[in-house]
Amino acid sequence: MLRLWPVRQLSRIQNALGLTQTAFKSSQPAPAPDLVEVFIDDKQVFVEPGTTVLQACATAGVEIPRFCYHDRLSIAGNCRMCLVEVEKSAKPIASCAMPVMKGMKVKTDSPLTRKAREGVMEFLLVNHPLDCPICDQGGECDLQDQSMAFGSDRSRFTDNAFTGKRAVEDKNIGPLIKTIMTRCIHCTRCIRFASEVAGVDDLGTSGRGTEMQVGTYVEKMFKSELSGNVIDLCPVGALTSKPYAFTTRPWETRRIESIDVMDAVGSNIVVSMRTNEVMRILPRLNEDINEEWISDKTRFAYDGLKRQRLTTPFVRNSKGDLIPTDWETAFFDIADRVKNIVPSSIAGIAGCHTDLETLVCLKDMVNRLGSELLCTEESFPMINSGTDFRSNYVMNTTIAGIEESDLVFLVGTNPRLEGSLVNARIRKSWVHNEMCVFALGAPVDLSYDYQYLGDSFSVLKDIADGTHVLAKALAEAEKPMIILGSDALQKSDSNLILDTVRSIAKNAKKASKHPDWKVFNVLHRNASQVGALDMGYQPGVDILKCNKPNLVFLVGADAGKLTEDDILGNSGVIYIGSHGDAGAQMADVVLPGAAYTEKDAMYVNTEGRAQIGRQAVSPPGMARHDWKIIRALSEILGVTLPYDKLSDVRSRLAEISPTFDRPGRAEETGFEDISDNVVIDKMAVKGTEAPVAPVLLKLRDFYMTDPISRASPTMAKCVQAYDESEKNPYSRPEAS
Amino acid sequence: MLSSVCRAVVSKTSHQLRSICRSAAVASDKSFVHRDSPDNNPDTPFQFTPENLKRCETIIANYPKGHEAAACLPLLDLAQRQNDNWLPISAMHKVAEMLKMPRMRVYEVATFYTMFNREPVGKYFIQICTTTPCMLGGVGSDVILDAIRENIGIDVGHTTDDKMFTLAEVECLGACVNAPMVQINDDYYEDLTVEDMHKILNDLKKGVKPKAGPQSGQNHRFASEPKTGLTALSEPPTGPGFGVRADL
Repeated sequence: MLRLWPVRQLSRIQNALGLTQTAFKSSQPAPAPDLVEVFIDDKQVFVEPGTTVLQACATAGVEIPRFCYHDRLSIAGNCRMCLVEVEKSAKPIASCAMPVMKGMKVKTDSPLTRKAREGVMEFLLVNHPLDCPICDQGGECDLQDQSMAFGSDRSRFTDNAFTGKRAVEDKNIGPLIKTIMTRCIHCTRCIRFASEVAGVDDLGTSGRGTEMQVGTYVEKMFKSELSGNVIDLCPVGALTSKPYAFTTRPWETRRIESIDVMDAVGSNIVVSMRTNEVMRILPRLNEDINEEWISDKTRFAYDGLKRQRLTTPFVRNSKGDLIPTDWETAFFDIADRVKNIVPSSIAGIAGCHTDLETLVCLKDMVNRLGSELLCTEESFPMINSGTDFRSNYVMNTTIAGIEESDLVFLVGTNPRLEGSLVNARIRKSWVHNEMCVFALGAPVDLSYDYQYLGDSFSVLKDIADGTHVLAKALAEAEKPMIILGSDALQKSDSNLILDTVRSIAKNAKKASKHPDWKVFNVLHRNASQVGALDMGYQPGVDILKCNKPNLVFLVGADAGKLTEDDILGNSGVIYIGSHGDAGAQMADVVLPGAAYTEKDAMYVNTEGRAQIGRQAVSPPGMARHDWKIIRALSEILGVTLPYDKLSDVRSRLAEISPTFDRPGRAEETGFEDISDNVVIDKMAVKGTEAPVAPVLLKLRDFYMTDPISRASPTMAKCVQAYDESEKNPYSRPEAS
Repeated sequence: MLSSVCRAVVSKTSHQLRSICRSAAVASDKSFVHRDSPDNNPDTPFQFTPENLKRCETIIANYPKGHEAAACLPLLDLAQRQNDNWLPISAMHKVAEMLKMPRMRVYEVATFYTMFNREPVGKYFIQICTTTPCMLGGVGSDVILDAIRENIGIDVGHTTDDKMFTLAEVECLGACVNAPMVQINDDYYEDLTVEDMHKILNDLKKGVKPKAGPQSGQNHRFASEPKTGLTALSEPPTGPGFGVRADL
């Protein structure tokens, strides 16, 4: 809908066929646009032509009140709140939709402007219920704030019996978003978000005039992985968070800036905390990663932090039951177990949420005990130069770099569910930049059109050999991107897949006109993965399956990759983590750790960007910060780690890699050429029958993927609602 | 003395207090959310007839590639005409599918335009204009509305039990000169009197199609010309070249 017939692609075809008309080509380059001079309250500013008056005012430091206008959405111009007076204009103009003109004199605080705002405010309030005391938006409501700032100081509203106020029935659009549609002021931000950013055209306006209402017309769930963002977008209390309803007021909460760990994107978040409880999670602006959106799992899985928690250490007794105990007993129990085994058969596995501090402590402890068996749960093929070079396993072009790309080739990934914000970036680029997308994997709904190449490995091989059409397209593209999903690399044949994709990337890079452009990208699923690989952890538990360790430290490893059969003898499994999930169930000693909102911790996202999450609440019960647990344990085991403070651990991290020392920056990867040249085993010549497919296919699979979201009732409700919506004829995928 | 001061103060302040005078908004009798009903649900059978399919293709071909959605309005109209003057939700889905547009965008169009009937209507859909000119012109729309009510025995917004008539009160239909008027399906009946209205309805009941256009209210005039004959343009029209300089 949003994307019109791609003119550029048409011209490409014409170019290829030699049909280009000379009339299309201008011999002279377009002149550099001159800046337009405008006066905002008699202050002179120069802006690009085409800038709107509202933006020009913003550059002059004047904030114009608005409801419908939003930076990241298309311009609607329907709320009229941004009316300003322009000299020599008969009427006030809607500044959000009016482009600047030369010499325009804008008056943002003139009597006319103020009267216009007052009038608009009055009209909005005529049909807006006066239910602020029971409205969840209270305290962070644009309507409230702006009526204080710009509205009239007295009311002319006389219908106190409420005979004439408009009332609209509430819609049921799923378990996440609570709708109170009478409060809606028809700014259409949610509709534009759904259609432009989320790519789900489910919301719209039905009816007209007083009868107009925002909704879905038919009753159906708003099925999007980004749906929660409409709550933030809504300037009034029409769309609020269902799980958060009636819990806190914004002024009661403390806001702690942190990092999300639900996927490997590393979205920047704000954790709202009150009385040592996480009340809600909101997005934080970061143009390089998540812009100002977050996925529903990030936003709503926080209630999983209060359930299934481990609050005390456990030790398994002779009957096989886990018995609650104290830290001392648990530590001595572990010391007994360690005493009796060969040091080299101790192993450590890092789970999906493990932070850098814990990773480094675990690695140092296990190394000091005399073992090298350290791995992550998520696998990654160790071929050629393996994980020796960073460029082999991170998203080299960065997430923001997607916007520069003109061709994206997705291999074995469903970015919509594995990294929702990465997918939102691809969609953004697809809508605005005429990007072409190709996908090999599963025919899933990615919210944009793409050419599906099937799921067969032979297609990859054809592309690598240059016989496939995509090989030519990749070679001709200005800045092609290949995004390889780590989902597709979990099987035994992943060596072949990785090697083939690398050779495709190598070919594309060779043909590329931009020598600095990096083609190869990996989209990880786990927040801990890149950090662990940076630190030298072995990807995947295969190494343990061969070596049969005696004693395993599971640090938040709940994916169930390692089974009890893989452990030699009965020396034990020691689990350090926050939730009583799969890992704790097979453990002999359970040590309660902290979840991501409960510790100051660093994570490295799929771009290789280290970021610091801050502690919002304290760990529950006897639970402690994971790195401190390992530090204390190391002392009992006689290999005391030399870190007493978080800053000591951080300096140790900086020793390991400078990237850990520069939080917030995605260090550019290097040595791509060298890593490409390290070819130990030419795999690509072989073939495999297994399909190259991602695991997460439907939105249903998205909600519960890790210990926190598995413990979350809200996420369970989402799954339930999804299953119910499958029966709803209106929720079936539409033909187009 | 005191009372007069009081009165003066009260009258002064009451002048300065402004108030908005509003009458209660007249709500539409239509619902702007869909509810499944036995005769209107996503499984209601709807298919364009082969002739209409061909017409759809012609309509869609009128618009440039990539802008097929522009054909939404005519296609919905075609669907409504084919389907006894109303538009089931399945027809909206069909149109969405044909134009490759999201269903919600079709719902938006169908709910915005009041000429799309989103629930079944009678064979004859009577729309009576009750806007000011029709209310005042001729005998006035009030008596015409009463005549219809009396004749077919239903009130505004209802359908007769035999599914013959549906009565709707609408805003201006643009025939103010020939007030009062009703629109029955596609035909305008203008310059109505009570007798005309009864005659039209009785004819329809008998299955006879009454003559559309101005009725007896203004002596069966041809169109909207003045009752006293033409006051302008009364001569035969001049031919080409009239008033042009001879040397041209």
